[in-house]
Amino acid sequence: MNKSVFFGALAFVGLAAGASAAATLDDVKARGKLNCGVNTGLVGFAAPDANGVWGGFDVALCRAVAAATLGDASAIEFVPLTGKTRFTALASGEIDMLSRNTTWTFSRDVDLKFEFVGVNYYDGQGFMVPKALGVSSAKDLDGATVCIQTGTTTELNLADFFRVNNISYEPVPIETNAEAQQQYLAGACDVYTTDASGLAATRATFEAPGDHVLLPEIISKEPLGPLVRHGDSEWADIVRWSFNAMVSAEELGITSANVEEMASGTNNPEINRILGTEGNLGEMLGLDAEWAKRIILSVGNYGEVFEKNLGEATPIGLARGLNAQWTDGGLLYSPPFR
Amino acid sequence: MANVSYVRKTMLPEKAPPVTSSGVLGWIRENLFSTPLNVILTLLSAGFAFYVLASILPWIFQSSWTAGSLGECREVIKATYGPDAHGACWAVIRERYLQLIFGFYPAELYWRPILAFVLALVALAPVLFSGLPRQMMRFSAVAPFLVPWLLWGGTFWVPLMVIAGIAVGVIAYNLLSRTVGSLAGIIAAGVLPVLWWIFVTSPLASGLQSIIPLGIEAIPSRSFGGFLLSITIGLVAITASLPIGIVLALGRQSDLLIVKTLCVGFIEFIRGVPLITLLFVASVLLNYFLPPGTDFDIIVRVMIMVTLFASAYMAEVVRGGLAALPSGQYEAADALGLDYWKSQRLIIMPQALKISIPGIVSTFISVFKDTTLVSIIGLLDPLGLSKAIRADVNWNGIVWELYGFIAFVFFIFCFSMSRYSMYLERKLQTGHR
Repeated sequence: MNKSVFFGALAFVGLAAGASAAATLDDVKARGKLNCGVNTGLVGFAAPDANGVWGGFDVALCRAVAAATLGDASAIEFVPLTGKTRFTALASGEIDMLSRNTTWTFSRDVDLKFEFVGVNYYDGQGFMVPKALGVSSAKDLDGATVCIQTGTTTELNLADFFRVNNISYEPVPIETNAEAQQQYLAGACDVYTTDASGLAATRATFEAPGDHVLLPEIISKEPLGPLVRHGDSEWADIVRWSFNAMVSAEELGITSANVEEMASGTNNPEINRILGTEGNLGEMLGLDAEWAKRIILSVGNYGEVFEKNLGEATPIGLARGLNAQWTDGGLLYSPPFR
Repeated sequence: MANVSYVRKTMLPEKAPPVTSSGVLGWIRENLFSTPLNVILTLLSAGFAFYVLASILPWIFQSSWTAGSLGECREVIKATYGPDAHGACWAVIRERYLQLIFGFYPAELYWRPILAFVLALVALAPVLFSGLPRQMMRFSAVAPFLVPWLLWGGTFWVPLMVIAGIAVGVIAYNLLSRTVGSLAGIIAAGVLPVLWWIFVTSPLASGLQSIIPLGIEAIPSRSFGGFLLSITIGLVAITASLPIGIVLALGRQSDLLIVKTLCVGFIEFIRGVPLITLLFVASVLLNYFLPPGTDFDIIVRVMIMVTLFASAYMAEVVRGGLAALPSGQYEAADALGLDYWKSQRLIIMPQALKISIPGIVSTFISVFKDTTLVSIIGLLDPLGLSKAIRADVNWNGIVWELYGFIAFVFFIFCFSMSRYSMYLERKLQTGHR
């Protein structure tokens, strides 16, 4: 009997959870803080500085949403999450959104009951080899030893790639990126494979980065994006359009430097609609008119965030590549603000 | 005279022993080069030690303390010690040591964890060293409420109300055991404080706070990190696991079926499950069971799990001590007419715990080291922070410096615990062996 009471209580709690999860925006406003799940540490994407202030490409999106909803880009409780704890933290309501370089896949979107609201970084799995190896294509890697992080999709992609090309390899299983750097530099493996952004960041730390090359093949699609729970479409809209505002701002030339000036009115109606001087887009989202202006003012547009955290001026030195605007041959394409 | 026998009348002065068997040289000969095998072993070990130190010492000392990034470190080291030099980049420790110690705790409030740590040491001192005045024990009784309040802050009424809960238990026991019976008294003393803590404490504390504000700035658990987190979890687990472990060990030897079954079940279940599983239960599974918005702090959950884990091991260590006592001790206690608790307190436990000291302390040490496992569930303890620091563009690629520093600090703590246990063993050595 006690057991049935216990499970009954659990079921009630579950129902209460479902009911209270419906209005995330209200919860966030009542709390006065956005709970944002981020990586426990990934170069360029999320890391605390010496004063404990989080920064990075994924973190900027948290700040954008906080600026839009709460008017303060620092009103955030950052919840560092590992690959194992990230989905339960989101599903249980511990965090309001997850911005933790998470690959958008079918099963995560459908089966785990999450909603990916966009792609903020198009990544893909690449290879890094020492120049001395004299390899110019991944198809020449027959018989190579490959350092590979276990338990990730990269492991499966690697097996697929070598099978399709009918060549063989010997895996050297490793646990973390730091370990991979050590193993690769010590010569335990000929090749290191992981996401291309991670390879670039890793290569930037070497004493002689010029001695290592990234091979041209990208063997998988890794669209990384922010996600929220199923069941609160209004909240998903807020996160989605906060991101789209950053992308559109870059396309339309709105930057953190000129946003104040543009907010006093321009003759481009779309800019005016984004910045809230025309129309009532903010009201439709359940926010005020200046929501997007605050985003651009506090974190900048997509291009600024990219350049600051990952771009060619940083030690990581990533080119825009697929992450350029569609007008520049990339994949970034925000739906129109109207 | 022909028959003269020579008898020495005076003592010859003592001669100094041969150089080869006294002093430094003698010690070396005796201990390092006494047999051909020892000569070989000594030379091999010396060669190995030289080989290790020759590669580590330059790395440690040809280092940079001031650079702002790993690349800068390398340049500085190359400029100072030549193009082939490889040295440690201690600059990362210089920049981040406060973060490694305090995590995300606000910098202007660092005095609070420091004060809390000192108070905890003062509170532990009379327990650890019997030479100190016994009046200090009064402070030790208050410290468990004072230290958490200093760490987490908030209203001072909460610790007061928690103490009031204990008072409620004591009063209930006194009233009921006189009027109804001792069993009812014991049950009431167990149940009422818990009910008080769950239902009365927080509304009453916030009510009193609104009437008489008395408190310091509250710090959320998310701000805890680094060694502050490790030491907090470790200290709670260590101080709580010993009494719980003793109770469990006694329960396991009890004749009461239910008590015994519960204790055996608990101990065997916890010991049959890895700590990391319990941590995942605390961080992941409980999330599903608790309603969203429940303020059941992740660090408190982890503390409970680590304490339960340590208690189960402690119970077995103490049981080992109990089993080692000759049955004559139990019988002697009975013959003196002591009741169960008195005989435990005066005869059994002092001897059993003394036997168990090495086991108890090694459990303490392993629990303290196990606290680093919390990095797997995303809490930023020193190891978790080392990953976060590596994720800083400036310090990406730094490995050994961070691990070396963390290992060094852990060594200090664990080595002191180990030395203390040896001191205690010497002090309690009463010649039974």
